[in-house]
Amino acid sequence: MNQANLAIEITDLTIAYKEKPVLWDVDLEFPEGNLTAIVGPNGAGKTTLLKATLGLIPPSAGQVLVFGKPLRQQRRLVGYVPQRGSVDWDFPTSALDVVMMGRYGHLGWLRRPGKAERDLAMQALHSVGMQDFAGRQISQLSGGQQQRVFLARALAQDAAIYLMDEPFQGVDAVTERAILEMMRRLRDEGKTVIVVHHDLQSVPEYFDRAVLLNVRKIASGPVHEVFTDDNLRAAYGDRVTRLGAAALPQLEPESRAGLPVMGK
Amino acid sequence: METYTLEIILIAVVAAAACALPGVFLVLRRSAMLADAISHTVLLGIVLGFFLTGDLSSPFLVLGAAAVGVLTALLTALLERTQLVKNDAAVGLIFPALFSVAIILISRYAGDVHLDTDVVLLGELAFAPFDRFAPFGVDLGPRGLYVMGGILLINLAFIGLFYKELKLSTFDVGLAAVLGFAPAVVHYMLMSLVSITLVGAFDIVGSVLVVALMVAPAASAYLLVNRLPAMLALSTGLGALSALTGYLLAFLLDASIAGSIATMAGLIFLVSLLFAPEQGVVAQLRRRARQRWEFAALMLNAHLLNHEGSREAEQENRASHLTDHLRWSPEFASQVITYAQRSGLIAVEGDHLRLTPAGRQRTLKHYPSSGTLEGT
Repeated sequence: MNQANLAIEITDLTIAYKEKPVLWDVDLEFPEGNLTAIVGPNGAGKTTLLKATLGLIPPSAGQVLVFGKPLRQQRRLVGYVPQRGSVDWDFPTSALDVVMMGRYGHLGWLRRPGKAERDLAMQALHSVGMQDFAGRQISQLSGGQQQRVFLARALAQDAAIYLMDEPFQGVDAVTERAILEMMRRLRDEGKTVIVVHHDLQSVPEYFDRAVLLNVRKIASGPVHEVFTDDNLRAAYGDRVTRLGAAALPQLEPESRAGLPVMGK
Repeated sequence: METYTLEIILIAVVAAAACALPGVFLVLRRSAMLADAISHTVLLGIVLGFFLTGDLSSPFLVLGAAAVGVLTALLTALLERTQLVKNDAAVGLIFPALFSVAIILISRYAGDVHLDTDVVLLGELAFAPFDRFAPFGVDLGPRGLYVMGGILLINLAFIGLFYKELKLSTFDVGLAAVLGFAPAVVHYMLMSLVSITLVGAFDIVGSVLVVALMVAPAASAYLLVNRLPAMLALSTGLGALSALTGYLLAFLLDASIAGSIATMAGLIFLVSLLFAPEQGVVAQLRRRARQRWEFAALMLNAHLLNHEGSREAEQENRASHLTDHLRWSPEFASQVITYAQRSGLIAVEGDHLRLTPAGRQRTLKHYPSSGTLEGT
């Protein structure tokens, strides 16, 4: 791995809420041009890690560098897909308008979006197959369609790094495929895609690299190196390893309960 | 119409429009109750401003009010962040605290000044034309009109300039922060604006009723349209309409103008709630009723389809048979048959019911298992 091409470098990151560490001294490197999953049990600090990387949560200690510089200087290089449930979909606006928000960072304060932004947003909607829904009120979109609008918005950001918080949560199988293809396309274009992911089973198929997290970093690297019995036991406890890594689908029933059954 | 009447109406319309604009963002941010809180706590800013300047018409009073308004939002957010109380309780704790300090200060130190708690609470629009704006002795009209007109222009300018930033931080505060748009700064700028607007307007309609002008038109517009620019325009229009019709109501009833305006704002909301085209109560009831009939017709069609072409079809697919087998009351059965027939789903030949091609197609779409059975 070429050390010069680190998209994100996290050193000694600790996040605590009132003396209770949610992330404990985490060192991580995300090499450019990879598709990486962040996995771990509930409460492992996956979303916290993502938000801290984005500067949304101040760290108690440690730092995050984006291509060697603090995020503050690199905002335009980072695209963000929050959890779908984090916004109010009854907000009075259209799908196209939401996608155009992805261009706001390039516009900066006070400048209004115009035809150029509209065209880019339309293009982004096209690449997630949502061009026919551009004028649709966002509350009238299905969950999968809303997720695609969020992805289109990140595409419109035209970033080098994409951070996505559970983009597969609550989407249908068709959308899941579409999202995966989009992620792979981004990766093949040399972008870095980092995804908080809940489904251990699909990690080896979907991702190049994985970060196994449970407050501490358990392991990170190529998926086949990370997904060992020892590492999984360290992250999830004995429950997992008694079944063995081959029986992964049976893992963590409580966290899978809310997810759609894939491939059906 | 007398100039006096015209001036009152004009002041009320301008005040209502000025309130309706920031109200849109309060409603969308689910912070409508913060308007209620700020409308009271700004009194503390006015009192402190008065103590500093000794002048009731000093512009520092407005600045003091804006500062206390922001303080209210800030303290509420801080209290909420302790996670020991929820948002509604935080609002309910902070605002009486600041308001009561103001009341004590007025009753203790400003008893002889015109900081009358009645006027603060209820306002008096009818007296507004007596307070003239007359620089160098030239009467240019009522002062209230200039104050509210100025505030309306400030609101228009602020929302016009920061439209993109306000929209983004209201819809997705996380992305706003990631893109460097400092949502906290935008939030407190909006709160300053809300405070200034409330101070200006409560002189006229009072601190209780001004909340109606800030929340009701925005909440009505939210139900009626589904684009932000349309919501801003409609909210302003409905605010102005409340003021206009409210004045007429007050004239007819010989009642409080402020009370009548707030009543009209409430009535307009009630009408929106009932008759909004898609989300209104009536539209929802009608949709539910239609779905009920559609589903009943579909059940009938499925029944016909199941027995179609079989030996017992002559027996099963009869109107008289529905009451026995589907356990429908005769009235309901005949209503469903009429509905299905009118929708072109079935044909009625005497007592015999037959699916039309359209009816068959519709049923197969909703009832695919029978389609696959037939296909195999």
